[in-house]
Amino acid sequence: MLEIKGLTYQVEGEAGRELGILNDVSLTVADNRFVVITGPNGGGKTTLAKAIMGLVRPTGGSICWNGTDITQMDITQRAKLGVSYGFQQPPRFKGLRVRDLLALAAGSQELTHEEGCQYLTRVGLCAKDYIDREVDASLSGGEDKRIEIATILARRSALMIFDEPEAGIDLWSFARLTETFKAIHARREATLLVISHQERIIDLADEIVMIQDGKIAKHGPKEEIFPQILSNTVSGCSYMMEGAAQ
Amino acid sequence: MNQTDWKLIKEIAQLEKTPQGAYNIRRNGELDSRSNTANIEITTKTEPGKSGIDIRIKPGTRNESVHIPVIITQTGLSELVYNDFYIGEGCDVDIVAGCGIHNSGCETSQHDGVHTFYVGKNSKVRYVERHYGEGEGTGKRVMNPQTVVYLEEGASIQMESTQIRGVDSTKRETKIVAAKGAEVVITEKLLTHGSQTAQSDMEIILDGEDATGRVISRSVAQDNSCQVFYPKMTGNAKCFGHVQCDSIIMGQARISSIPAIVANSVDAQLIHEAAIGRIAGDQLLKLMTLGLTEQEAEEKILDGFLQ
Repeated sequence: MLEIKGLTYQVEGEAGRELGILNDVSLTVADNRFVVITGPNGGGKTTLAKAIMGLVRPTGGSICWNGTDITQMDITQRAKLGVSYGFQQPPRFKGLRVRDLLALAAGSQELTHEEGCQYLTRVGLCAKDYIDREVDASLSGGEDKRIEIATILARRSALMIFDEPEAGIDLWSFARLTETFKAIHARREATLLVISHQERIIDLADEIVMIQDGKIAKHGPKEEIFPQILSNTVSGCSYMMEGAAQ
Repeated sequence: MNQTDWKLIKEIAQLEKTPQGAYNIRRNGELDSRSNTANIEITTKTEPGKSGIDIRIKPGTRNESVHIPVIITQTGLSELVYNDFYIGEGCDVDIVAGCGIHNSGCETSQHDGVHTFYVGKNSKVRYVERHYGEGEGTGKRVMNPQTVVYLEEGASIQMESTQIRGVDSTKRETKIVAAKGAEVVITEKLLTHGSQTAQSDMEIILDGEDATGRVISRSVAQDNSCQVFYPKMTGNAKCFGHVQCDSIIMGQARISSIPAIVANSVDAQLIHEAAIGRIAGDQLLKLMTLGLTEQEAEEKILDGFLQ
C-alpha cells in the first residue's frame, strides 16, 4: 500500500516568495489498484510522481510504501523496494543499447532474446529491429518513450509509476500500450499510478485523482470522478460553452 | 614469459596463450617469440640503428591474422620501434597490435611505435591496437604510437584503437591516405584519469574518387587529466568524409577537440561533429531508478559510451 501524508514541496520563487508546488497532499492507494492522476498542466502531477520515486525531495510530509517510511530514502533504495518510474522525457544514452538498458532494468547480466522480445512487444516494438540499437538520438521520441516503458515492465516492480506514457506515441502503439496496462491490472501484477490525460487510459482506472494547484481537487472511483471532469472541462471555458450551446 | 607478461598480453591482445597464425611477441625490447605462416612472413629489420620488423602478407591471403604485441616490464626501458606492413592485393586480414607496460620501478618506461601499412588493391584490413599500463611504481608509462596507412584503389582499413587507463602520457599520430574507392574507418576510444595527458593528431586524406572516411572518437577525461584531439579530414576528389568526436568530461579534467575538414574539390562532401559534456544528470537518475547506485550508474554510462 502507498500512503502519502501531508506532502508539501515548496520552492523559492521570485523575490524570495515561497511557491507551493505541492500543498499538503494526502493520498492512499491500495495494492494492485489502477489509479490515474490527471489535472491541468503545472498542477503538480509530475512533482508528486517524482517525489514518490525520490527524484524530488519534499519539504514536508511523508511517503510510506508497504509500511516502510521511504521519505528520507534515496532513489536507489526506493527502486530496490519495488518503486519504479517511467520518465515523461526519458534521457538518451550514447553507447547503451536497448538490450543493455532492459537487462539493467530486469536486474540480470544478460537478457535472453525471448525476454527482450516479450518486453518490447508489449510496447509495440519489434525486438529484432530494436534490441541491438543504441538508446541515442537516432531513436524517435515515440520509440524512446516506448523503450522507457519497456524498462518499467522489465523491472516487474510492485509499484509502477508512468508519467504521461501516451505522449509522443502513435495511435497504433497507443492501443497496444493500453492493452498492456489492462493486462498488468487484470493479472494484479502491480499497483499502477499513471499520469494521463487520455480518455482511454482514464477509462481503465479504478480510481481517479485530480490534481490542481498542488492539491488534490478530486479523488474517487472512476465512475464518479470521470463524468465530473468531463463536465468541468466544458463548463470551465466560455468559448466551449458557446460551442456546446450551438 | 611469466604471469605478469601474460596478464599484459591478455589486456592488449585478449590472448590466453600463443596465438594461432602469424605472430611476433616483443618483450623488454627484444624478440620473445615469432611464428610465420605460408602466407605471412615476419622478418627483423636489418638496417643499422632501426629496430623493428617487416610483415609481408602475400596477395590473396584471406581470413588470416597477425598478432604483434609489445610488452615492457623493465622499468626505465625506452624504445623506438618501426613495424612495416606490406599487404598484397586482394587480402582480407586481421592485425592485432598493442603495447602493455607494467612499471614497478621509478623510472619512465616508454614505447614509441611507428607502424606503416602499404595496403594493396582491394585488400581489407582490420587493425586493432590496444594500449594498457599498470604497475605500482612511480615511474611513468609513456606510449607514442604513429600509424601511417597508404590504401591503394578499393582497399579498406578498419582501425580500432583503445587506451583505457594506465598510460601516463600519449601522443598519437595517425595519417591515412586513401586512393580511388578506398575506405577508412577509425574508431578511437580513450579514457584518461589522474594527471594523464593524451594528444591525438589525425589526418585522413581522401585522395581518390569515391574514397570514404569515417572517424568516430569517444573519450572520457576524469580527474585532472587532459586530452587534445586534432582530427583533420581532407577531400581531394569526389569523396565522403565524416568526423565525429564525443567526449565526456569529469572532475577537473580538460578536453580540446579541434576537428578540421578541408575540401580541395567541389565534389568533396565532408562533415564534422564534436561534442564535449558532462554525464547528464537525468542519465544518472534514470539508472538509479532501475536500482543502481550513483557510482554504478556512472560506470555503466561510461562503459556504454566506450563500448
